[in-house]
Amino acid sequence: MFRLLNLELQKLLLNRASRVLIFISFILPFFVILLSSLKINVFGFFTLELGELGVFNFPLIWHLTTFFASQFKFFFAIVVVSMIGNEYSNKTIKQNLIDGLSKKEFILSKFYTIVFFSLISTILIFFITLSIGLYYSSYNEVSIIFTNIEFLLAYFVKLVGFFSLCLFFGMLVKRSAFALGFLFILFIAEWIAFGILAWKFNSKTAESIQNFFPLKSMYKLIDEPFQRITMSKFPDKVNLAYDYSVHAYEIIIVLGWTFLFVFLSYKLLKRRDL
Amino acid sequence: METILKIENLTKKFGSLTAVNNLSFTIKKGNVYGILGPNGSGKSTTLGIVLNVVNKTEGQFQWFDGTMTTHEALKHVGAIIERPNFYPYMTAVQNLKLVCKIKGVDISKIEEKLEIVGLLERKHSKFSTFSLGMKQRLAIASALLNDPQILILDEPTNGLDPQGIHQIREIIKQIAAKGTTILLASHLLDEVEKVCSHVVVLRKGVKLYSGRVDAMISTHGFFEVTSNNNSKLIELLENHNAFGTIKVNDNQMITAHLNEPMLSEDFNKFMFDNQIILTHLVQRKESLEEQFLQLTDHN
Repeated sequence: MFRLLNLELQKLLLNRASRVLIFISFILPFFVILLSSLKINVFGFFTLELGELGVFNFPLIWHLTTFFASQFKFFFAIVVVSMIGNEYSNKTIKQNLIDGLSKKEFILSKFYTIVFFSLISTILIFFITLSIGLYYSSYNEVSIIFTNIEFLLAYFVKLVGFFSLCLFFGMLVKRSAFALGFLFILFIAEWIAFGILAWKFNSKTAESIQNFFPLKSMYKLIDEPFQRITMSKFPDKVNLAYDYSVHAYEIIIVLGWTFLFVFLSYKLLKRRDL
Repeated sequence: METILKIENLTKKFGSLTAVNNLSFTIKKGNVYGILGPNGSGKSTTLGIVLNVVNKTEGQFQWFDGTMTTHEALKHVGAIIERPNFYPYMTAVQNLKLVCKIKGVDISKIEEKLEIVGLLERKHSKFSTFSLGMKQRLAIASALLNDPQILILDEPTNGLDPQGIHQIREIIKQIAAKGTTILLASHLLDEVEKVCSHVVVLRKGVKLYSGRVDAMISTHGFFEVTSNNNSKLIELLENHNAFGTIKVNDNQMITAHLNEPMLSEDFNKFMFDNQIILTHLVQRKESLEEQFLQLTDHN
């Protein structure tokens, strides 16, 4: 396993484009989060300090940071599709197989890399959130700090799932740009399917079916936190209440998709003549 | 002798096209094999199948007497297919390190192999800055990293300039001299003739010949002659048992193929005794090229 991971890391880290993208997708969001947690003096007129607003309170902060950081996943998605696209355009996939890598190992080395980067990202966000939270949060009891820690798990699963989808599209179309295009098409297709379902049945049924779609199910793992922030400000407004928690079934759906995408990528490569 | 690769009734179909048709042959240790065939005869497809990148339709193949899986076996094989494929943004050494990781070989071999192909000075240059000849030599270095039991080369001199071709051939000869088994696919006959001891001839995916190169050129050769009286000469040749087909080309050059061995002095004497004075006499054996064209044309 480490051999395969090591292989793929060498391919990625020696390539300047993917180095930059990895940096943007994993390091940048944390800088932004860190910066936003600092006191910002806007041209001497007034001081903006998000910490004062209470958004960095435990357990809310887990929700906020994971949601925010996962928006940057698109940059690593480019890395994932290009790590497949480049193998095809350089024909190195053929050479790798001739050199003695099996088709299964080839897919696994990509998948391990996805898991590895998702894990690093999750660990990073854990420490950054913890330190910002400890600094700002009004509650410092251990039990409160680690409430909602499941958002980290959701974050990890969401990344792995999304990148596995990119892996599959990369394998399917062999070209990075087209694979990204496919992602966009899938996004539209899911909404069209939702529209049709809503028209045939009703919006409630349509939404519960939509929650099984690949992109939507990944999005659903971490619901948007803004409504929850507002809720925490105005606890008496009941109509704002919504289900923002991470459910086991949501994780299972995404894991199901992940398995399917990786498996299909392997089947695709196995059937293909290079 | 140890068997390295055994192919039995291998067939590959691309839709309605049959690229490889019921092909069987065996590669024994220590020989240099050539796969000869015109473009599109199924050479690369055959190699692709045994190298695990093309799926076979029917038949089977076995590496090293079936003692290991294809995927394991490939770690004991060095192969270059068509063009050298490396990561353009990595240097020569970085690319070879990657291959070492795949094959599970120690990276200490890299310098030694780069030396063999004469790329030691350029080892820290990016692959994208290499000329085609250098890329091909790097590919050979990469294929040699695991000290393979067999080296498979698919059109190794394709697209190279004369110097490049010469360098590659010298390297191949060096490797062959060390006793490494080589399988060389090519449509260049003199290449195969110069390097190989055994040959498999393919045409449209069908095997036309397989065996030793010298056994393929087993005819008694032919005479090329002209004389002061060509019509009488032809008449004499046609009535002589030792001669088979007789052809006259545009320059009045007569080609007479031998059915049995005959020395040129005997031929000359025989003509002179019949009052024919030869103005041109050459005795030759068919080159591999002529043999090959005969084989591929007649079928």
